[in-house]
Amino acid sequence: MYTQSFNVPDGAAPAKPVAAVLNATQQQVQDAAQIKFDAIIDADGKIEPKDWMPEAYRKTLVRQISQHAHSEIVGMLPEGNWISRAPSLKRKAILIAKVQDEGGHGLYLYSAAETLGTSRDQMLDALHSCKAKYSSIFNYPTLNWADVGVIGWLVDGAAIMNQIPLCRCSYGPYARAMVRVCKEESFHQRQGFEALLAMMQGTPAQHAMVQDAVNRWWWKCLAMFGPPDADSPNSVQGMRWGIKRMSNDDLRQKFVDATVPQAKVLGVTLPDPDLKWNEERGHHDYGQIDWDEFWATVNGNGPCNKERLATRVKAHTDGEWVRAAALAFAQKKAKQQAAQKEAA
Amino acid sequence: MSNPQSTSKEWPLWEVFVRSKQGLEHKHCGSLHAADAQQALHMARDVYTRRQEGVSIWVLPSAAITASDPEDKDTLFEPARDKVYRHPTFFVIPDDVGHM
Repeated sequence: MYTQSFNVPDGAAPAKPVAAVLNATQQQVQDAAQIKFDAIIDADGKIEPKDWMPEAYRKTLVRQISQHAHSEIVGMLPEGNWISRAPSLKRKAILIAKVQDEGGHGLYLYSAAETLGTSRDQMLDALHSCKAKYSSIFNYPTLNWADVGVIGWLVDGAAIMNQIPLCRCSYGPYARAMVRVCKEESFHQRQGFEALLAMMQGTPAQHAMVQDAVNRWWWKCLAMFGPPDADSPNSVQGMRWGIKRMSNDDLRQKFVDATVPQAKVLGVTLPDPDLKWNEERGHHDYGQIDWDEFWATVNGNGPCNKERLATRVKAHTDGEWVRAAALAFAQKKAKQQAAQKEAA
Repeated sequence: MSNPQSTSKEWPLWEVFVRSKQGLEHKHCGSLHAADAQQALHMARDVYTRRQEGVSIWVLPSAAITASDPEDKDTLFEPARDKVYRHPTFFVIPDDVGHM
């Protein structure tokens, strides 16, 4: 699932390298390459890994794709929390499959980012040292079983809205990864909605659990689409490059309009007194999002930021010996095979 | 796909090809890191075939691929452009000949 559709500048920006001075011929070659690149973008074409691309395009993609990958991996944690406590074997099997999918999505995306010349280790180091961001939605706790359903329905629902336009991204490997992700994502949203439907057919206490989870997640999901367009100066460049296809506010509106009737079917209310149909606009109006809280969470001060990161780092550190052993074993076997060949 | 200089302890990169069903070719579907070929196969199964997307998998070290340079695209592929006579539709055949 799960991109935050905007790209937050990662922390601790390295000092800007001084641009190498190009001689006249080099400058000419670069200008020609830029013209070719612009023509491909204008024609809605695709850029592939070995094609020339402007440095800023490459950097933006590395940041966005790696943030997206980190979000998938960290996104395994809030739900993974409930695997051992799922209410039935069926729900447990479904949840395991979903969490495994998130891991898979992270891997597709890391691979896509690696085609731009960054390494897996560099990306993981950036995540583990707090230099790279991930979607702020995962810094909130999953307090009861209904949270798992609501994450599927709303968080994955919001992510799908974000990700479908990314299937048409101008960078080939990212677009292809997103096609694969989107195919699998629909299962995530439907399983969540269905789990909530089951609870809504249960006791009043179960209804209350669902409503409570919706109340806690709704505003966070709206914030997932990123700051209002007026406060997203980078969006314009992203749109120009065909990396971003729809603006934050347009996506958010689409999500609200799609979700309102779903909430009705489910029998829950969305916690926004200002939410109402606007005949004139042909869309729902909705209330003010608390951006201060959003930024506080993005900047490390959400309820679970420290716990999530610590869990990630611990998993990585605890796995260190396994990675080293597998590599040592592979090297030993390769050596043995080479020796056998020589002997033969 | 590029293979960043792995001076580190990073597992090497492998490209994954999956045959979606008997009778079709293996198609590139992505890449992954693994310590050796056997592990790459296992990983490819988990990463790329969780929904019966395949009946057979190939993995090969990314470093073993030799790719054409995008800069050579014109030199390599342009010469075929004006040889339209290589396509059957270039030839006008009277209708009464029927299907040919």
